[in-house]
Amino acid sequence: MIALVDGNNFYVSCERAFDPRLAGRPVGVLSNNDGCVVARSQELKALGVAMGAPLHLLPPAVRRQAVLLSSNYALYGDMSRRVNQVLAEFSPDVELYSIDESFVGFEGFPSAGLEARCHRLRDTVRRWTGIPVGVGLAPTRVLAKVANHLAKREPAFEGVCRLEADGAVTRRVLETWPVTELWGVARRSGERLALMGIETAWQLREADPRWVRSRFSVVMERLVWELRGRPSIALDDMGAPRQRILVSRSFGRLASDVVDLREAVRQHAARAGEKLRRQGSLARAVQVFVRTNPFLAGEPQYRNAVVVPLAAPTDDSRVLLAAARRGLEALFLEGYRYQKCGVMLLDLVEAGRRQLSLLETPRDEAVRGRSQRLMATLDRLNREMGRDTVRFGLPREGNAWTLRCERRTPRYTTRWDELMRVKTG
Amino acid sequence: MSLSHRTPVRVLGRAAREGGGRVQPLMGCRVRAGFPSPADDHLEAEVDLHAYVVKRPAATYFVRAEGDSMVGDGIHDGDLLVVDRSLEPLPGRVIVIALEGEPTVKRLERRGGHVCLVASNPRFAPIPLAGRECEVWGVVTHVVHDLLGRSP
Repeated sequence: MIALVDGNNFYVSCERAFDPRLAGRPVGVLSNNDGCVVARSQELKALGVAMGAPLHLLPPAVRRQAVLLSSNYALYGDMSRRVNQVLAEFSPDVELYSIDESFVGFEGFPSAGLEARCHRLRDTVRRWTGIPVGVGLAPTRVLAKVANHLAKREPAFEGVCRLEADGAVTRRVLETWPVTELWGVARRSGERLALMGIETAWQLREADPRWVRSRFSVVMERLVWELRGRPSIALDDMGAPRQRILVSRSFGRLASDVVDLREAVRQHAARAGEKLRRQGSLARAVQVFVRTNPFLAGEPQYRNAVVVPLAAPTDDSRVLLAAARRGLEALFLEGYRYQKCGVMLLDLVEAGRRQLSLLETPRDEAVRGRSQRLMATLDRLNREMGRDTVRFGLPREGNAWTLRCERRTPRYTTRWDELMRVKTG
Repeated sequence: MSLSHRTPVRVLGRAAREGGGRVQPLMGCRVRAGFPSPADDHLEAEVDLHAYVVKRPAATYFVRAEGDSMVGDGIHDGDLLVVDRSLEPLPGRVIVIALEGEPTVKRLERRGGHVCLVASNPRFAPIPLAGRECEVWGVVTHVVHDLLGRSP
């Protein structure tokens, strides 16, 4: 069995963990510089504020009621790290999927006690970090994702939902689950599936896998097997949701040299940049993570992750590489044998919907135009001449990035001079 | 005052912050302060103050105390508090609690069947918790007080 654990309105929950006054109030987190809403509390959603809405277009009544904060990536990154540390207390098999989502594998654990274990896991995360999470438990990742949705949607589950491959509940759920809501089904293939009479997840599950492969792809066939309860999709093969891009690989053999990690992170960041441009998005932050092999007994263990915010939403690989490099330098420790590292692009925005920053000048516009042409040329060369025909060398050093973050809360857990303050009187 | 008349102290070694929380050997030898043996430098005697204070890294937070009503518990204005959110808020423990939304440090006590927050300064009356909006945030495990009056 595998569990998908994800934080409810993660950024807002991080803010609330350190400022109890935010409980029950409409809270939004804004992206740096461009001031779009990237996270909303339940109360803010209820006010009709859409994801990605620009601050200056919010109705005055909403702006008066709501607490709107600049994003505090140092805090979110640290809290994400802490949540994953707690998860690692419940199973050695923890895989970060995004800043607020992780898979926890329970292979070898007795099946009977797993639900109770997940409830304990959820309570512990809540207590140790203040972050509420939902847990979806199922035999495969795709079903775990469905279960996770249910855990958050139906209060009766109390945050933990278990789906068996052949349970009656699973069938009822899948029969009403639109196939396009399934993990890994893009809108376009959803439309094609619909044309062939496959509209629900249950119908896809019941389809002939060979037929699905011949008409669609191997990935779609794997989805059929996953729905039937046979694990077929590895995390690295999973299409990332459009809000984030994850590129990670395990090392062929364990790496302990910083040079190897730099090279891997460089490749991952470059690859992530390509994907980002292909889907026409810009990233607002870069998360880098490293870990040792948790299954090697007696080996010193280390896992860590850090979020590097970007000055403005970008799809320029040079900026992404430099940020990823800075993240790695902050994480890397000598003396460990690393098994895996990865780069994640966070809080994506459609390139066309980019908000102009107030600080922007015609020169910035020109620089961006040049960057776009450079990246387009690069992608074309690598597409036509083969991957890695043109690669990035060392990133620019000494980027003086200034972030606009007037409404940012203190970096409670990473700065001595910004710790949470508690009154004794 | 001559150095050699001081009480012998136990030298534990350098405090080192080691990433990943590896266990450091705790070694020591009795020496007279002021006249350490040169051989001591060759002992693999690194102790990790961070690991000593932070038992559960995922659940441990540093916060800054404001005010002087907890001086009797050793908490001065501006002190650094180590707070472990995984610990039970048992009576007698000093806790961080959000009281009507305000993060506050107090000692938790049971008095005549009621749970109260108690300051260590007699000028502050105990605060009964019944009927108040409050949520325990964590248990204070250590106080870091800078005798030179600086902040870390």
